Parts: sequence; structure tokens; C-alpha cells
Amino acid sequence: MAWRRYAAGEYGGSRLAAQDEQTDWAALVAAVRDHQDKQAFAALFRHFAPRIKGFLMKSGASATLAEECAQDVMATLWQKANMFDSSRASVATWVFTIARNRRIDALRKSRRPEPEDLPWGPEAEPDQADVMMAAQDTERLGAALAQLPPKQRDLIERAYYGDLSHSEIAVETGLPLGTIKSRIRLALDRLRSQMDEEAQTK
Amino acid sequence: MTIRHHLTEDILMAYSAGDLPEAFALVVATHVSLCDECRARVEAFDALGGAVVEDMSADMAAGSLEACMARIATIPQANARAPRRGDGILPAPLVDYTGGNLATVKWRPLGMGVRQAILRTGDTGSTVRLLAIPGGVAMPDHSHSGLELTLVLQGAFHDQADRFARGDVEVADASLEHTPVAEAGQTCICLAATTGPLKFNALLPRLAQSFFRI
Repeated sequence: MAWRRYAAGEYGGSRLAAQDEQTDWAALVAAVRDHQDKQAFAALFRHFAPRIKGFLMKSGASATLAEECAQDVMATLWQKANMFDSSRASVATWVFTIARNRRIDALRKSRRPEPEDLPWGPEAEPDQADVMMAAQDTERLGAALAQLPPKQRDLIERAYYGDLSHSEIAVETGLPLGTIKSRIRLALDRLRSQMDEEAQTK
Repeated sequence: MTIRHHLTEDILMAYSAGDLPEAFALVVATHVSLCDECRARVEAFDALGGAVVEDMSADMAAGSLEACMARIATIPQANARAPRRGDGILPAPLVDYTGGNLATVKWRPLGMGVRQAILRTGDTGSTVRLLAIPGGVAMPDHSHSGLELTLVLQGAFHDQADRFARGDVEVADASLEHTPVAEAGQTCICLAATTGPLKFNALLPRLAQSFFRI
């Protein structure tokens, strides 16, 4: 498996970037969950920690605080690997939710109320087609985001950095989601039909 | 349960992005606990957040990975835990905020049999409360400066042409003049979040004739 070689550190700098798209991040999280695989964790860290740090700095955290929080987020990934449902979300999406919660906690000093858990939890052996589709959602959304006019893209990114005040967002004006709306819909359709299936089988 | 009144996409996206004040986030988390459709929408916006994070980068400090590895060596992995559940009327997020269940809520009378319990949050710019309104009684006449979200947990209320029952949420801005009235029968229990402190306009809430009692 590609990730095993990757985890073993065979990939150097530039090849690493080229490998990213093919890396099965969900399999690495599963290795962390099932075998406390530190090499898998190191591979996840190398990819995600700089992204989390960049995200938190954009949110207004100092480099020191962002560094500390990025490590916290990665430690949470290790600790809660069994709570990640790879058939519903990509690893990037899951990492985003942990980083967002850490940001609310560290920068806003408030709590984030979380919804009730779904009646079914993550399965040990999720359907690989579902896992792939969840990963593809993130890739597709990333590609769509990259194609947006800079101003529009900036507004959306700032919303996710927590850089827009409550009134500035959406609630009053509506964010110009424009062309990415259709990609969000694809993700939504997938999640919706999955939920229907689960509801019928349980 | 068929939910007819949902949250707007804008509010769901703001919740996913982590931009909502805690009071509003609590109403969203509670509605999402009851509404699969809005849950899927929030998760779709989370996926957009994943794409935003993928696009970021900042150099980690020297020795960062080693420091984190040393840390994880000392933390146990979480055991599978039982799913967080509600108490039948209060979904899990409200169980967290009330510290128990409906029976342990500390109600204060507002007059006309209406009771409220303000829930403690970490932010001062917005307020979230539980309201219990006996059947046939109007919600206390109030004004609010910004957004107001009202989610029904038990019973139902009417507002002009619409009916709101368990899981339904009303999204109102400052311009909406509304006088919600609890439907006759079961006490209507709602969760309401407002921007800024909520002001009641009259000393006593008005008694209104229920639609259904006539």
C-alpha cells in the first residue's frame, strides 16, 4: 500500500507533494486507531500540522499559539482516532472540525455546542467506496474554491478563519458561494443518501 | 417527526465555520440533533472547511513532530464511548447546558404561567433561554435588536399563518413583528436565542385567545 511506503519515510520533499493526492489518509488514521502506529501518525502530522498552523494564524493566532494549538489538534487526532468516520468525512474535514473547535476555545474562550451523536457510530470496516467519495468531496471543493474569483474566495476563506463578525456574514448578506454551490450540493447529496440508508437498515 | 421549518443555509454555514455566538450555536446544535437534513447540510459545509484547511501552510517549529510524538506517547487513546443522548424532550446539547434533564431546569416565573430559564454561556453578546408557555398563552411581548432563533421542543406555537412544532425553528430578524401563541393543550417548551439582552415590552405577557380554543 502506498501509504505504508510513505509512512516509512521513503518519499522526499518534492515527491511528497506529488504523492499527497494519492495518499490514503483515512487508512493512516485507521492504523493510528488500530495499531497506535507512530509512523502513520508522523505522516499525518507532516501533512496536516502545517496546514492547521497556517489556518490558525489566518484566524489571528500568533505563531507561538498556532504552533501549540496545531500540536494539540494532532494529539486529539491520535486520541480520538476511533471517533473518526471515514465514510462520512475526509480526514481533512475531520481535522478542520477539531482545529475549528480548538480555535473557538483558544481565541474566543467560549464553547462550541455539538449536536447529539448519530445513533450509529463509525464502523471498523467502512465501505471503501464511501471513504473514497468522502475524500473526493474535499478534493472537488478545493478545486472549485481555487477557481473562484479571488475576492469571492477570500470572503469564504475568511468566514472559515472566523474572521468575519456574525453580522458581516451571511446571516444578513449571504456569502457569494457562486459556482462552488453545486459542489457543496454533491457533498450534501452523498451525506443525505447515506443517512437515509443508515436509517433504513438500523 | 416531520420538520417543516429549517435553519437557513447561511446560519448553517456560519455554525460550521465556527462564526456563530455560542447562544445561536446552541440552537443550531439542538435543531441539527433533531433534523437529519440540516445535519447533512452542516457536514457538507464542514467538507468545505476541510478544503480551506488543505490549502493552508505554515512552517512548524523545529522539533515540533518530536514534541508531539513525546506527548502522544503519554496520552491514552479514548475508548469507544456511548453516543451522547437526550432525555426525550431535551436533545444532548441541552442536556449539557442544563446539567441534567427537564426536571432539573431552574425555571423563573415571567407571569401568566410563562416560565423561563436562562442558560449560561461564555459570551455576553447574546442570550439563550428555555421558555415554557402554557397552552393558549402568548409568548411574552418582546423586542430584540438583531437575529432571534426560536426552536420548539415540546407542544407547538402559531405565528400568523405558520405552525411550529417539535424540531421546527423560526428565524426572525428585528423587523419581524410577531406574537407567537402556544397551541392549546400541552405546555409549549422552546429554546430561544437573541442578540443582545432581550427586553420585555409589557410587565405581564398578554393573554391571547388560542386559535384552537375558539
